[in-house]
Amino acid sequence: MEKPDEIKKGIDLTPKKRDWMTPEVEFKKGTYCYGAPLKHQRYLELPNQREWQPHDTDWELPENWKDIILDGMAKLLKKNRAFKLFMDICVRCGACADKCHFFIGSGDPKNMPVVRAELLRSVYRRYFTLHGRILGKLAGARDLTVDVLKEWFYYFYQCTECRRCSVFCPYGIDTCEITMMGRELLNLVGCNIQWVIEPASNCFRTGNHLGVPPHAFKETLGFALDEIRDLTGINVEAPINKKGAEILFIAPSADYFASPHWYTLLGYLMLFHEIGLDYTWSAYASEGGNFGLFHSMELAKRLNAKIYAEAKRLKVKWILGGECGHMWRVIHQYMDTFNGPADFLEVPVSPITGTKFEHAKSTKMIHIAEFTADLIRHNKLNLDKSRNDRWKITFHDSCNPARSMGLLEEPRYIIKNTCNHFYEMPENTIREKTFCCGSGAGLGADENLEMRLKGGMPRAMAVKYVKEKYGVNMLACMCAIDKAALPPLLEYWVSGVEVCGVHELVGNALVMKGEKKRETNLRGEPIKGDSENTQ
Amino acid sequence: MKIILPFFILALIVSFVYLGTKFPEGHILFGIIVPYICFAFATVGFVTKILKWAVSPVPFNITTVCGQQKSLNFLGHNPIESPASRWGVFFRMLFEILFFRSLLRNEKVELYGKEKRLIYGSDRYLWIFAILFHWSMLVILLRHMKFFLEPIPSWIIMLQNLDGIFQSHIPSVYLSNVLIFIGLVFLFIRRLKRRILYISLPSDFFVLFLIGAVIISGVLLRYVYRADILLVKAFLLGLIYLNPVPYSGFGTMFYTHLCLVSVFIAYLPYSKLMHMAGVFLSPTRNLRNDSRAKRHINPWNYPVKEHTYKEWEEEFKDALEEANIPLEDENKG
Repeated sequence: MEKPDEIKKGIDLTPKKRDWMTPEVEFKKGTYCYGAPLKHQRYLELPNQREWQPHDTDWELPENWKDIILDGMAKLLKKNRAFKLFMDICVRCGACADKCHFFIGSGDPKNMPVVRAELLRSVYRRYFTLHGRILGKLAGARDLTVDVLKEWFYYFYQCTECRRCSVFCPYGIDTCEITMMGRELLNLVGCNIQWVIEPASNCFRTGNHLGVPPHAFKETLGFALDEIRDLTGINVEAPINKKGAEILFIAPSADYFASPHWYTLLGYLMLFHEIGLDYTWSAYASEGGNFGLFHSMELAKRLNAKIYAEAKRLKVKWILGGECGHMWRVIHQYMDTFNGPADFLEVPVSPITGTKFEHAKSTKMIHIAEFTADLIRHNKLNLDKSRNDRWKITFHDSCNPARSMGLLEEPRYIIKNTCNHFYEMPENTIREKTFCCGSGAGLGADENLEMRLKGGMPRAMAVKYVKEKYGVNMLACMCAIDKAALPPLLEYWVSGVEVCGVHELVGNALVMKGEKKRETNLRGEPIKGDSENTQ
Repeated sequence: MKIILPFFILALIVSFVYLGTKFPEGHILFGIIVPYICFAFATVGFVTKILKWAVSPVPFNITTVCGQQKSLNFLGHNPIESPASRWGVFFRMLFEILFFRSLLRNEKVELYGKEKRLIYGSDRYLWIFAILFHWSMLVILLRHMKFFLEPIPSWIIMLQNLDGIFQSHIPSVYLSNVLIFIGLVFLFIRRLKRRILYISLPSDFFVLFLIGAVIISGVLLRYVYRADILLVKAFLLGLIYLNPVPYSGFGTMFYTHLCLVSVFIAYLPYSKLMHMAGVFLSPTRNLRNDSRAKRHINPWNYPVKEHTYKEWEEEFKDALEEANIPLEDENKG
């Protein structure tokens, strides 16, 4: 792996070639993800099952693969106005070009959102429009060949579906949609990656993407409770599959298995105990994240179905969701449409403050940041900001909660009420203009680390800026993939900045009834200047 | 190739018309037949395209949200960038269509200096010239309505007077003609930049050349090769009321202008110019961000294979019992 400076020096945002029409892809180690293992293709009953790698010369496509793809394309065009429209109306103004983190980080001109879409559009023109059929290459039309397919694979798995370009497009063309369609088509002939299919298959079978069986799930939650007891002296409970609880809580599974997600989990558990929430975890629906979304709408729906099914079975009133990115894309924009109506649930009402969450009156699921912000607003939490004083904090908006939900102020409100030192990154890189961590949409694998680090460069540079300007040493975020991807990213580009979840900050600041004097924060680090204003 | 070829095609069209009008019956071909064919072609294309868009459903609510959602009262809600009501969407679309809101956000990214620092700068040139171009086009279009409406509505006269407010010549120079040309030249020069050239297709240049030719022929028609406006109007009214009266006295420039406009109209529905209609339908912009408050219906939603709780419990029964996690049947209380 090159040094950060070398990578930056190598980036040229001016294309060297004159156009993108020739399909050529080099599957260079570090830039692409491995193919899906046969076992998991089988479990999910996917088409064209085989052991397969993108760097294989022969992709072992079905004999009629071209017909399958073109037929699939015709169907998608009929089923989805966005797809049809986005194929037709782009004027190639190029406003999106330098908005993509992969383009900025790699300089590969085919990573410009407009070109990523043209890869698909060129085939659309060739087979579905009159001028494309007649004029061919002159009209920007291309035959569907194996090389074109390989190019699709390479670039549709080099897009994190972050939707940043769609903010800037004068027609709202959303590359995320284009990539989703591209992936749907690739999946028809069995071209998918391990880091999408394996988690999806695990999730389908066990309930969470790591494939953690129920007893291990309970065990890990047990470890978390032990840690909380050591820290605070309080016995906290974490009910699982408890029928008749008021609320079902669903978090991304990384929260109970990975670090630094773990400290966010501690934060949730402490919060729920402190306010005496009547809630339950589910071992069956133990995953909020949905890797199916990165495969196809159908798989997304199959995985998502568990949430409502479990809420119904457990007879809860409503659902609360943890800190996650694409999980919230699915819950906010897809779940009700997929698997609703959730008429067996009630409109979420905070049992502590009485606030009725009208904005979720149909889906009946709210984000924990909405829930906690409301608690803080009503003064229901005793918070000692100074316990987070060792950190100067900045906040990274995760793509999906920002651009698909508009969850911008809730986390900021919580951070400002739990921390003394909060600094925003430059405005071109936050809120709706936030930059992706470079590892979303199933690209958080190890084998494509080089590409991830390049794609995360714009985010890392913004962090570097606030580090140098304000001494920021902690990056808070609300997404499980962020929490996994940002630590190595920052280590590479900006050393000395750690990553945390927002509810870790809550857990630190939360003064619990009957707790012993806290010597350390949730990470076991001494609390710098532990203040006297603890009541 | 990307530039020369479309230029060549356009030159071919122009010379075809030019030479054609030298023949005695040329005025019928280019004054009546070509406009009718082009118009028919355009209508069919336009209607089919809109119908195809309209009949394809919007299965999911995929709003691109650019502001704070409507959630908790004490957190300000951005009613336009994250519209929760019809009015919000109305204004969002209004700003998008009339003022190119999203393009106004445009910024450029550079890796600056020796250290290759990543910097952002505002980049509103495209917005400025796009606004000049499109608004001028609208004004020109409205001005031309005087050829099709009898009596001429007073607002068109007003618009025309306003447009010709800098009356340095007789006939007056229209502001819109100057501005659209400036806009067009900018859009052309911008296309020549390496990165934009890379993403450009021949058709992108063809459109620019075609519109340029329409403007130039129109300006020449007004200032140099003048045609009798009253006769032109009579002729055009004949055309639109399907009662064409052949007239050969307008001169080559008139037929050139008319034909280029016809070609433009015919080309429109089959090209990227359909963005003018498509922008109204874009699901990332014209939907409300209310997908948790109101269920969005997918007309082709179908049942999928799920992994039910029952199947799951069966598979993990031992583990569940061992871990003391309540099972379905013994959990009735």
